[in-house]
Amino acid sequence: MTSGIDSLLILLILLNLILLGASRLHNAVRMVAAQGFVLGALPLLMQSSGAWKAALLLGIGSALLKGIVFPALLFRAMREIQVRREIEPLVGYASSLLIGVGGLVVCMVWGARLPFPWPVPSSLVVPVGLFTAWTGLFLIMARRKAITQVLGFIVLENSIFLLGLLLTDAMPLLVELGVLLDIFVAVFVMGIMVFHINREFDHINVDQLSALREDAS
Amino acid sequence: MRLAGWLHPILALLLSPLLPGVINRVKAFFAGRQGPPLLQPYYDLIKLLQKGAVYSGTTTWVFRAGPVVNLAVLSLVLLILPLGRVPSAVAFPGDLILLAYLLVLGRFFTVLAALDTGSSFEGMGASRELQFAVFAEPALLVGLGALARWTNASSLSGMFADLSPAFWGDSLPLLVLLASAFLVLYLTENCRIPVDDPTTHLELTMIHEVMVLDHGAVDFGFIQWAAAMKLWVLGILLVGLVLPGASGWRGLDALAGVVGLLGVAVLTGVIESIMARLRLLRVPQLLVGASVASALALLLTFR
Repeated sequence: MTSGIDSLLILLILLNLILLGASRLHNAVRMVAAQGFVLGALPLLMQSSGAWKAALLLGIGSALLKGIVFPALLFRAMREIQVRREIEPLVGYASSLLIGVGGLVVCMVWGARLPFPWPVPSSLVVPVGLFTAWTGLFLIMARRKAITQVLGFIVLENSIFLLGLLLTDAMPLLVELGVLLDIFVAVFVMGIMVFHINREFDHINVDQLSALREDAS
Repeated sequence: MRLAGWLHPILALLLSPLLPGVINRVKAFFAGRQGPPLLQPYYDLIKLLQKGAVYSGTTTWVFRAGPVVNLAVLSLVLLILPLGRVPSAVAFPGDLILLAYLLVLGRFFTVLAALDTGSSFEGMGASRELQFAVFAEPALLVGLGALARWTNASSLSGMFADLSPAFWGDSLPLLVLLASAFLVLYLTENCRIPVDDPTTHLELTMIHEVMVLDHGAVDFGFIQWAAAMKLWVLGILLVGLVLPGASGWRGLDALAGVVGLLGVAVLTGVIESIMARLRLLRVPQLLVGASVASALALLLTFR
């Protein structure tokens, strides 16, 4: 079973790295969808004794929402505003990848040292969780398009989900489902926001939103 | 005892021209063509080796040294490289670094020979070759380093000696990562399709072919031969990784290695038939991806 968990976690790392190097938004959305499915499978493999019903619910909920609903919403937003790719990222793709590997090293070193009160199913879970959070934050910081930033937000939630899986005994299912609901509302609102930003400014580069000032004449 | 290892370079010299032949046959099959005979590379080599050479007055000894050094270096590499599960003739701790540097030496002389002609096109090819080499070398060195840590051996023969399904066990992801990195390296170093198109003859898009435009006759024969040997050398790295277990009988192991190499050649033919060449600007991205896969494999061995 450990081998299965490890394989899925390494798949998560690879998806994160591809996400850092993806210039086409379609591909990036697909990678995030794949992450949703991988995360849906993880609770089933990682569940401790007896909690498989909750794990099943959590897994299916996560896969449905992150693997199907969010990508559909984002694809719809992209179709409506006719945006295909990130033209000028603040950090280039090759350098994003290299910085990502650097971040991975840091997460591996520190994540392995974090003391944990009970045994974790695999020594990789904490480092991968940290690295996923790192990827999400990096995407939010280093990309201009609002869509990519929404993606970064989802990836950030993925990491919270992954780290939360370690606490399934301590954290009730309701909290996890609540987080999923929150994120759903957030993505929904962002989808509408992206549309409005685009209609107002003919682009969705968020770095130009700072020019919106009352006193600008 | 190590006789099998000493035979490896001779075997490679004799059999390596088969590999481009196989690739061409597979490509012809996919395109629905008759295709050149399987032994065509041998006919070409024999024809080229019988010719007399003409040298331009502007070239120096560097130009003539290029192909010779390249072929010699690749034969040397085969002395430290095990053929699948057959140990190599010479093995010492750290020979994987020697392997990387020998490959670089061969490339260095090819590039010098290209620059020596003073042709602007060859200079362009040389520049591209080195640009991609900068991205490819970390993938090779880090990948070999990961393999060394994984198998706990410091020589190439030791590294490849006990890789088997039983050893793969829990580290299957590691194997997949390394194999994909080595496959990209194999295609890059041999100038196969996602990186370079070996059949194109347009100077603007070529990388390797453009560097050897001014070589003729015996020199060109050596270059073709060295290209076939390089297919063999880089292929062995990939085959050694995925070959399941040693049989204990050297002859059978060697046969398994050669069959594996032919398999990789078939795979190359398939890839060339179903893929298009990447844009020149995208190639570094592919190579950075291979380096990242190697680095990830190395990281996984540290936990």
